[in-house]
Amino acid sequence: MEFLFYMGDVFTPINFGLLLLGTIGGLILGATPGLSPTMAVALLIPFTFQLEPQQGLILLGAAYTSTVAGGAVSAILLKIPGAPANIATTLDGHTMATKGEGAKALQLSFLASAVGGLFGVFLLIFLTPVLAQWALAFGPSHLFWLAILGVTVIGTLDSSSVVKGLLSGCIGLWLATIGFDDIMGAQRFIFHPAVSGGINVIPALIGLFAIPQVITMFTKGRSSDDAEIITVQRHPIRLAVLEVFRRKTALAIGTITGSIIGLIPGVGGQIAGLVAYDQSKKFSKESEKFGTGHSEGVIAAESANNAMVGPSLVPLLTLSIPGSPTAAVLLGGLLIHGIFPGPDLFLNYPQVAWTFIDSMLIGQLLMCVFGLYIAGLAASVARVPHAVMAAIVLGLAVFGSYSVQNSMGDVYVMATLGVAMYFLERFGFSAAPLVLGLILGPIAEANFIQGSMIANATVGTGTYFFTGWLNWLLIAIVVASISYSVWMEIMSRRYTTKDDAVAKEEALS
Amino acid sequence: MTDLPRNQHIIASGLIAGVGLSIAYISFTQEPAAAFVFPRLISSVFAVLAVWTFIKAMLGRTKVGNGISAQAMRNMLPGLIVAIIYIYWAAKGVGFYTATTVAFFVLLSLYDPAPHTQLKSWLKRIAITAGFMAVMYGLFAQLLNVFTPREIFF
Repeated sequence: MEFLFYMGDVFTPINFGLLLLGTIGGLILGATPGLSPTMAVALLIPFTFQLEPQQGLILLGAAYTSTVAGGAVSAILLKIPGAPANIATTLDGHTMATKGEGAKALQLSFLASAVGGLFGVFLLIFLTPVLAQWALAFGPSHLFWLAILGVTVIGTLDSSSVVKGLLSGCIGLWLATIGFDDIMGAQRFIFHPAVSGGINVIPALIGLFAIPQVITMFTKGRSSDDAEIITVQRHPIRLAVLEVFRRKTALAIGTITGSIIGLIPGVGGQIAGLVAYDQSKKFSKESEKFGTGHSEGVIAAESANNAMVGPSLVPLLTLSIPGSPTAAVLLGGLLIHGIFPGPDLFLNYPQVAWTFIDSMLIGQLLMCVFGLYIAGLAASVARVPHAVMAAIVLGLAVFGSYSVQNSMGDVYVMATLGVAMYFLERFGFSAAPLVLGLILGPIAEANFIQGSMIANATVGTGTYFFTGWLNWLLIAIVVASISYSVWMEIMSRRYTTKDDAVAKEEALS
Repeated sequence: MTDLPRNQHIIASGLIAGVGLSIAYISFTQEPAAAFVFPRLISSVFAVLAVWTFIKAMLGRTKVGNGISAQAMRNMLPGLIVAIIYIYWAAKGVGFYTATTVAFFVLLSLYDPAPHTQLKSWLKRIAITAGFMAVMYGLFAQLLNVFTPREIFF
């Protein structure tokens, strides 16, 4: 119950003000199509430099929580999911809106998000200290395999092609080796002065997530967004609350599915929403109503995508392995304050860790309250023309990258990686494993070198890295995730024509 | 898959394979060898996967990634050129705020669907640019005390 001890810290004027700012800003950013939660959090990091660590994390955590929920606004009112996590919400949410139940759909989505989100954060609260204690037993070989596991799991599960996913991870791991070697001080791959100090994670994250989005907006040319906002009629909130709890099966399925999926590194909110929607449909007594504007569809999808937020941070806070791209960005936010997450986080910085987690708990409630009231405003912001959005995101990316170290080199790195990532994405590569490789690369290398030294002085490299039940378990998960993804890829190709695959990819992009 | 994406896949995967092999070569030839132990491990896997991808592209068996259509390329090119000039030259050479203002306004004018013949749409673009720059200046120069390159202009 240590989290209760630090609960008061959330309510100091500055912390609470930042929580409000992050929540409201996140709702608006989340409602804006094209601004994914990861990109929103990455663009916010430069604004946290002058804040205390827990204040910065409160802002980023609130933005993460509410961008996921805010994406439902444009999914329901514009039929454009604000983020991939909201794709499933569109199926019934927009149909409800076209039938004059837009307000009800929004209320259900925010209430379900809050219930799912609260459950997810409680899971984070109770699982994290237990896993952190367990993680203290990890040695260099385990941490090395864990870092490799983080890259391979996200590389294989988050990508349409296993080989390209793993290749993206390798590119990230290689980028992490650029600069001076920590032990020998030798120069490695320094092909331009801008990277002589290595690749700074924050500009890299901004570039990898923001610039491809800017270029995608450029590719639309001067076309106007013809999405029409559906007007929202009033709907008593009391009835929406009753409806959410009347549909308890959908709520429970969404919440539990989202929480479990959140714990698996790399799977993400998009899968959580779609799996929960599918499972609710299977278990529902009114399964034939799904897709026709049925409240259970909205409740299942939204409770799931917010329930995964808390659990997705468990691997980050306990093992320092970010389980999702947004968690990787949050790791960047911690590192700039000199805080390294992992088992020691709760011993050395309990105030930072618990205040952050508590703020996510309160943030879920604020997100629900403000979401219900500013949904209309958020929907208007969602109609900002892509020309304006592209220019704003580019400007923020340049200023944000520059402000990290007051260096144009960081801006060049941001732009180069961003442009390269856009082209890589067009050829089936994915940003998530690349980012994970970039962030986990130094962890993997440091533990590999440390482990090799221990191994050379004791049992030998092969025995040290490949024996022991924990090494075996981690290697088995790496092999299993690759094998599973290869098998899924073969199966999906067997049943999907090339045209289907192309159409699906176009729809997702 | 048409020939355009197939050729694009061959070029893209060829470039990546080239990078992978170069990294592997550097990792295995550079000294001190102890500093390149981890890069050797990574670059070996990198090179194998990159060559695999290239061979698949050559055989026309690439199934993921739609490439870039000629229309998308035509649409993105002006914006990309403006962004590249802004980032790699103007921001430092001309002055951070001046370059950002000009780049923002040019990008807005290039991609805004509002007609270029109406005075109202130009006034709107100027107002949006001025508003954005005011917010950027307030946030970064005043609040965060970020010192940006001034050079020729502000």
